[in-house]
Amino acid sequence: MKTINEMKLSFISKSANESFARSAVAAFLLPLDPTVAEIADVKTAVSEAVTNAVVHAYPDTFGTVTIEAKLTDKGHAVIKIRDRGVGIPDIKQAMEPLYTTSTDERAGLGFAVMQSFMDNVKVRSTVGKGTTVTLEKNFIRAAYGQK
Amino acid sequence: MVNITYKNGVVTASLYGEIDHHIAPQIRGDIDAQCERSRPSRLVLDFGKVGFMDSSGIGLVMGRYRMISLLGGKLEVVNVPPNLQKIFVLSGLENLGVMK
Repeated sequence: MKTINEMKLSFISKSANESFARSAVAAFLLPLDPTVAEIADVKTAVSEAVTNAVVHAYPDTFGTVTIEAKLTDKGHAVIKIRDRGVGIPDIKQAMEPLYTTSTDERAGLGFAVMQSFMDNVKVRSTVGKGTTVTLEKNFIRAAYGQK
Repeated sequence: MVNITYKNGVVTASLYGEIDHHIAPQIRGDIDAQCERSRPSRLVLDFGKVGFMDSSGIGLVMGRYRMISLLGGKLEVVNVPPNLQKIFVLSGLENLGVMK
């Protein structure tokens, strides 16, 4: 697979940037000619990952959230959402549906949504150093050479 | 955001636009304030004009379910558009019997 485009985006972990982040990623994916459902899936998954960074990575302060994304000529997208925050002590537990450490009406469904809406989700985290969530998705029309 | 009306014991919250973690607390505050004033027998959350929602919207529904139950009322979720069906199904909210 050949990479046809790449981007990198950094922003402060303010909740107002959740909308900016998912819209920016959606715009970057447009060359893959995504369906409405595909773009909604990616926007939702990115929103969940960025919200996790805003809420959990930097609980009492603001920090930087970085998104790196690349597209291949086979209609495959890889999106990495990275923070340099507190990290996740137990990734398996954090990914369990309905698990949340937040008291602010979080549903605890962030990772469940990412896993359901994307083709592949990977989480790497080191306590005290930060977390990287990698989201991958194949886009049907681009994969079948219609674009 | 949200437009809220109260009539005949029913608070209707018509949501519109995008619901995420940034917006949800404002919507929650508006709905809860109206319900505390009006003490409705029913709270209707209308999702008909919501274009995007992540799991913050599910948290919003679950929280309103708890809030209205404590006030002795019932919750109804109506007009969930096709683009939001997937996240509602994933959430298991239909098991609460609030989806109309």
